[in-house]
Amino acid sequence: MDAEKLLLRMEHISKRFPAVVALDDVEFSLRAGEIHALLGENGAGKSTLIKVLTGVEQRDSGTVWLEGKEIFPRTPQEAQETGISTVYQEVNLCPNLSVAENIYIGREPRRAGRIDWKTINRKAAELLGRFNLNIDVTQNLDAYSVAVQQMVAIARAVDISARVLILDEPTSSLTAVEVQKLFEIMRMLKSQGMGIIFVTHFLDQVYEVTDTITVLRNGEYVGTYATAELPRVQLVGKMIGKEYAELEGSAAAKGGEERMGEVLVELRGAGSASIPDVNLEIRRGEVLGLSGLLGSGRSETARLIFGVDRMERGEVDVRGRKTEVRGTLAAIRSGFAFCPENRKTEGIVGDLTIRENIVLALQTKRGMLRAISRAEAEKIADEYIEKLAIKTPSQDQLIRNLSGGNQQKVILARWLATNPDLLMLDEPTRGIDIGTKAEIQKIVIQLAEEGMALIFISSEIDEMLRCCNRMAVLRDKVKVAELSGEEISEAAIMNLIAGGAQNEQPA
Amino acid sequence: MNSRLKKLTKCQSFWPLMVLLAILLVNGVVSGGAFFQMRIVDGHLYGRLIDILRNGSKLMLLATGMTMVLATGGTDISVGSVMAISGAIACSVVDGRILSSLGGSVTAAVLIAVLAGVLCGAWNGLLVSKIKIQPIVATMILMVAGRGIAQLITDGKIVTVNSDAYYFINGGYILGLPFPLFIVGFFVLLIMLFTKKTAFGLFVESTGCNPVSSRFAGINVDRVKLVIYTFCGAMAAIAGLIESAGIKGADCNNAGLMIEMDAILAVAIGGTSLAGGRFSIPASIVGALIIQSITTSVYAMGVAPEVTQVVKALIVVAICLAQSKKFKAAVAARLTSRKAVSAA
Repeated sequence: MDAEKLLLRMEHISKRFPAVVALDDVEFSLRAGEIHALLGENGAGKSTLIKVLTGVEQRDSGTVWLEGKEIFPRTPQEAQETGISTVYQEVNLCPNLSVAENIYIGREPRRAGRIDWKTINRKAAELLGRFNLNIDVTQNLDAYSVAVQQMVAIARAVDISARVLILDEPTSSLTAVEVQKLFEIMRMLKSQGMGIIFVTHFLDQVYEVTDTITVLRNGEYVGTYATAELPRVQLVGKMIGKEYAELEGSAAAKGGEERMGEVLVELRGAGSASIPDVNLEIRRGEVLGLSGLLGSGRSETARLIFGVDRMERGEVDVRGRKTEVRGTLAAIRSGFAFCPENRKTEGIVGDLTIRENIVLALQTKRGMLRAISRAEAEKIADEYIEKLAIKTPSQDQLIRNLSGGNQQKVILARWLATNPDLLMLDEPTRGIDIGTKAEIQKIVIQLAEEGMALIFISSEIDEMLRCCNRMAVLRDKVKVAELSGEEISEAAIMNLIAGGAQNEQPA
Repeated sequence: MNSRLKKLTKCQSFWPLMVLLAILLVNGVVSGGAFFQMRIVDGHLYGRLIDILRNGSKLMLLATGMTMVLATGGTDISVGSVMAISGAIACSVVDGRILSSLGGSVTAAVLIAVLAGVLCGAWNGLLVSKIKIQPIVATMILMVAGRGIAQLITDGKIVTVNSDAYYFINGGYILGLPFPLFIVGFFVLLIMLFTKKTAFGLFVESTGCNPVSSRFAGINVDRVKLVIYTFCGAMAAIAGLIESAGIKGADCNNAGLMIEMDAILAVAIGGTSLAGGRFSIPASIVGALIIQSITTSVYAMGVAPEVTQVVKALIVVAICLAQSKKFKAAVAARLTSRKAVSAA
């Protein structure tokens, strides 16, 4: 490797947490003018490596050099001062401050002891101008889309210290157009000699924008490769430690019509405050996909059925009988289950153990007075930890400490433990590694084969095609079509989703 | 053995208990053993320790209710005022100023006062859970208005009662032990059984950790909160009975004044997070006893009344530092590095 161009070098990095070895003798190097993908499954150690580099956590052993000088950042501020900035998946700026304030917060230019607002606003506008972002910098940050907020975060990071930029899952909440815009900026920064570390789950994006790939697995260093020389199948193999072919064959859902049973739930003109009019039939033994863009009414439909949002009009039949679903507990007792989209805020109860998280819904279903005994809870937890292959040292571990994929499995276990008739999964595989993703997809299909009714919501069309045997396409909170069997294809869905929306340009 | 010890130190009430023992020990040494002396007079136990237990009973009851409230991520600063209301009602009934048709029945007085506490708590719970007012603001309403309500009941006067049956609530003895201890024991056992033997404890902790996830999992978060604030109000009312029986009358201005802060502090010293989540009632009970023994020992050591609050504050700071994981880690790091230096 060209030694003088080496911007960042990390060697023999190890980091232990109470229950797990998060990093074990990992190395990583970054050159100036390089976009370097850091890949691995959830729990592979990507986040920990980033945290060690940015001073959120301190390494137990190993060395980090930045431009030939050894560094040991203790806080994110220190890391920033040495030239390492990070932009996280969730924009961590202040939405209630103006764009300009956000860029200069904590380092405001002053004149005569007072904050010089004119300069701040002018310089902020100039800075964003360099990113081809011409917006009113005096507006509050939350007046803009997540994409713009992310650009602002990047602009701020670059302006503070411009040597190493870490982008941790920056594209998860961006549209395709916005992603392209982000890539332009990344390429621009690269041409200016900046080193960029790019953490993502989207392999397409890795191949589109990066020069080099480093793969971690189970906290260990697997290798560093030139992106152009590593075929995708091999990359996946390295990430999950097995051949991709095994995954491909795992799931094929099409043609499950013959197993479709009686109608379990039927909605007629049902509506809540956030979705006006849902007409839908869900049968036993089928996986019904809800397709559409973010905000098209997919999650709103599930929330309505589960009683999260109050039903204001219309009718619901459950098992052929008219039913009123009042609140989530009533839904659970009707045999419904719902893995919500936002795992962290709506799914996990972070400070409780895995065991408690698993039995929670079963306990509410049974009622407060019929407490599940410790022994029974342990049995249930063990059963699902084994069945769903949840990676954890013990069921007493706080769920907070698990990786995203394992947290999702715990939530899935929580619902399976209630033995539901209808399971609704909203983005169950978002931000989850390929291995776990395939496992969850497999479980979904298996459950349908066993006669459960499932509603599956995902932004990834591939996954939808793989799992669903019927699909309702939503646009602007209205069901525009239902597809089944041979009608389901990527092109058909795309056309339906896009129809009518083509004239609108994203803001 | 070692792993057993580790398990013991991990228990939430372990460190508070150690602090309590240390405070008592210091007292014992300073007083030359007089602190631990107990006398039996007429078959009743007397002594400093008994005083602490008796005087601490109000705080223990409040801390029990407050623990649950804090575990849901809320707070209740109206408990002092609820004490005043309960005392005012009970004394007025016993005195025959209100509801004279009851003939000053102590039983009726107690029941009505507790019912008033339940209503106060339910009011707080309603504001917090249904109307979604922030707990500190919601309970501040009753904190401010409560003493006014108490004044209305007593007509703005200090009501004194003359009833041995009512005095018994604070001064009575059963089996040589003060009666308030039995009240505390009964309610603490009751609530602990209820939280452990039903899933209520799990629901409370889940609600405190993440109310949104809890709702998605089918927990009726609003109802959990309503029940808990109501319970806290009932505990405050009983504490108010003990207080007024102790001073043999209802003083609406001073009954339970600022005691809500002591109650919150007791829970905090017990190690339950004020942000909600995991809770331990025994640990809070120990916390309440710590506060009470500080108060008692500060007086016993003859600290001038002007500075007692400052001394109390210093001790509390020390306790909080002793409980802080960060502080302990820093001290440990200091010690080991010094050891390493001296070894080298």
